[in-house]
Amino acid sequence: MKTETSAVDIDRNKGDFFYPEAHVRDAGAGLSERTVHYISDVKEDPDWVREFRLRGLKIFLEKPLPTHWASKDLEAIDFDKIRYYLSPGTEAKRSWEEVPDDIKRTFERLGIPEQERKFLAGVEAQFDSEAVYSNIKKAVGEQGVIFVGSTEGLKNYPEIFRKWFGKVIPVADNKFSALNSAVFSGGSFIYVPPGVKVKHPLQAYFRINAENFGQFERTLIIADEGSEVTYMEGCTAPKFNTPTLHSAVVELVALKGAKIQYITVQNWASNVFNLVTKRGLAHENAEVKWIDCNIGSRLTMKYPGVIMKGRKARGEVLSIALANDGQHQDTGAKMIHAADETTSNIISKSISIGKGRATYRGLVHVPKHLKNCKNNTECDALLINATSRTDTYPAITVRGTGNAVQHEASVSQVSSEQIFYMQQRGLTEAQAMSLSVNGFVNDLVRQFPMEYSVELKRLIELEMEGSVG
Amino acid sequence: MIKNETATIENQAAPILSGPGGPREFPDWFRDQQHAAWKQFESLPNPTRKDQAWRFANVGLLDLSPFNYGGPLTEKERATILEESRGLEEVAGRMIFAGDELIERDVISDQLRKRGVIFQSLERAMVEHADLFRKHFMSQPARLGSAKFAALHQALVSSGTFLYVPRGVEIELPIEIFHWLNGENASAFPHLLLVTDELAKVTVIEHFRSVNEHVPGFACGVNDLVAGPGAKVTYVCAQNWADNVVALQMNSTTVDHDASAMSLNLHLGSRYSRFESLSRLIGEGGRSDLLAVAVAKHEQEFDARTLQDHVSPHTASDLLYKNALDDHARTIFGGLIRVEPHAHFTDAYQKVRNLLLSDDAEANSMPGLEILADNVRCTHGATSGQIDEDELFYLRTRGIPVPMAQRLIVTGFLDEVVQRLDHPAISEQLHRLIEGKFAKNRD
Repeated sequence: MKTETSAVDIDRNKGDFFYPEAHVRDAGAGLSERTVHYISDVKEDPDWVREFRLRGLKIFLEKPLPTHWASKDLEAIDFDKIRYYLSPGTEAKRSWEEVPDDIKRTFERLGIPEQERKFLAGVEAQFDSEAVYSNIKKAVGEQGVIFVGSTEGLKNYPEIFRKWFGKVIPVADNKFSALNSAVFSGGSFIYVPPGVKVKHPLQAYFRINAENFGQFERTLIIADEGSEVTYMEGCTAPKFNTPTLHSAVVELVALKGAKIQYITVQNWASNVFNLVTKRGLAHENAEVKWIDCNIGSRLTMKYPGVIMKGRKARGEVLSIALANDGQHQDTGAKMIHAADETTSNIISKSISIGKGRATYRGLVHVPKHLKNCKNNTECDALLINATSRTDTYPAITVRGTGNAVQHEASVSQVSSEQIFYMQQRGLTEAQAMSLSVNGFVNDLVRQFPMEYSVELKRLIELEMEGSVG
Repeated sequence: MIKNETATIENQAAPILSGPGGPREFPDWFRDQQHAAWKQFESLPNPTRKDQAWRFANVGLLDLSPFNYGGPLTEKERATILEESRGLEEVAGRMIFAGDELIERDVISDQLRKRGVIFQSLERAMVEHADLFRKHFMSQPARLGSAKFAALHQALVSSGTFLYVPRGVEIELPIEIFHWLNGENASAFPHLLLVTDELAKVTVIEHFRSVNEHVPGFACGVNDLVAGPGAKVTYVCAQNWADNVVALQMNSTTVDHDASAMSLNLHLGSRYSRFESLSRLIGEGGRSDLLAVAVAKHEQEFDARTLQDHVSPHTASDLLYKNALDDHARTIFGGLIRVEPHAHFTDAYQKVRNLLLSDDAEANSMPGLEILADNVRCTHGATSGQIDEDELFYLRTRGIPVPMAQRLIVTGFLDEVVQRLDHPAISEQLHRLIEGKFAKNRD
């Protein structure tokens, strides 16, 4: 059903395995100042990071859950049962040979080393709380590109790291960014020097192996003036009986004229709460583009944003969400225009199958006295079954003249005429449905890198199985 | 000096926050309802911006402590109000309220009365038609955020209009209602209870106005509009309060099978005006059109919240809201199309368009969808922009000066909504009111 060479983990069952835990470092269940000190001690954090974590903890404990607008399902998370830090107690290896066997087997089963050889410029693999493998192609490293885990970045490149860390997403941005700030571990740190264009994508792979675990990676990408970089992340976890929490913070900084493309294929097991804060800062003439595919998880709440800070900056979010039985994909985008002539584009497509629920939540903000800002938002939702649900909740604020903002959304289903036509040509109903759904996402998927678009289509086909008839 | 004057007014009139008052005689059951509603009003929290239903709203303007029950009307004021309550040339009936006092009623024709049409004050209807009244009066909970203010209304309402159109009766001419706020810090709690039976047809236009141009005031109204099977109900609201008035209006429309309801709200006056429109489509073949036009200037804030609630399959709704914003004005549109489970074959549309005429104006749009059924066609759109330079240039080449060209473009933009009413006399009247606002603000 599935070959080892796929770029995306398309089969959810494929990630549904785990090896016995062999963690040397374990912060235990529950969250307190003690937990934070434990993590800081293990990671040998400098004092400012320890203080940063403690501040995050304080804010996390103070802030209520956002259930006045968000899903009540959040209340199902038992923060006292979650384990906040687990690691094998070793540093990330530069070659797969050095990675402990059982962990290496995990990533081999997911096909990561294979893909690295084929088309990636660098790979980082995170197992529970820490990166176990991190490597970058020699040629890319020689250009001055830094691609390491966030712990290593903090240690070895404090002068770049500290300048931007927590600047795009403040600790108090929301309850879960505060939680991440308190216990963050893992994630990537990337720096691309001025003018360097990284041809192949850099990839990070996040794996949760332990039960009752929370993964809190922290990624910071800085593209210096005129540089370009593409980053891809994938993720899986086995399906345990208890909910697992994934709460990442991702900050992107595109300096003057730089371009960052960030691709996510989220395929967590269907008991994972995926509550992620992602935001990019685009300086003059810079571009930040989020490609965001949400297929797995129980509840995803993720609204990638771009703050267009410099003149002519551009922001883009292309989003595909697929919500099957028992899933709620609460996704969207935030576009904050903060300079003249900035443009943003949001295209969101969601498919609800069975009892699945897909929600688009958007924010577009054009404040006072800006000129020639443009935003275009398109949200299309496709409902497959009578029990499927979809919602759209955009909020658009425009001040002053000289800007153009438009939002459009539609909800539809596959028309019975279409299905009938295809059945007439000899396709089964399921094949016809699958073809229609692929047609629905096609114009968006075409904009993805090739390896991703092919796999995404297969993944959608798999999810569609058994949903008709 | 000024302080003394205010003190006298306070002595004369009881503040509304002292609870239900008024000398009027009501049935006991109604009094009980009012006291229960007052308790509810007191127990519900004040809205904050953190409530989704009040997002973007300037809730700081909702301080009710200055407002009181309006004092008695002088003969001169009464004459002025009657003189100024000029509306359409021909109407089927008319009521004029000053504060919460019904000061004039033009009864409907004998012919209509004989066919069973009831057109009377609310306080009479609750005695004479208690069953009908109790079945429909505030039967829908305020679901769009203003439950607290709906409770306040229920506790303090003391008059209003009751209109019942029986089966098969079509009232061709519109019914006209005027509400006037009179005096400083006066308050009003307007109510319209409109019930149409099967295949009935009626058009109602309500005017909201102030006697004094700049004095503060408070209005908190509720309308229950019921379109029976196959009935056709048109409701028009022309809100033109004085520019220091705080107004809240909660309308709920119920559309039965094969019925059609159309509402058009025109917003010109007030400092802050919140308008909640709930339209429930409960029978197959029902259709609801929700239209609104707002001209916001100076510091005005118009806060529109809507819910197109498709409860039954095979229903249609169409919403079109247009705002023209100048100076420091703000508008908020929070709308939701909700398709309940099993409400298949819903056809729903929602569109809000903002035309920004100044650099300090701010338009907030939250067009929402919640779809819990399939086989639906639901679309929404929101745009914000400014006057098209090409259009302006075209008009200038024809020798039309810029200010006039701008006005032409703006009125053209808004007229698209007004023309959707299939009632030329009312459209013309609304058009004149819009023109009046532009003319007034040129001074």
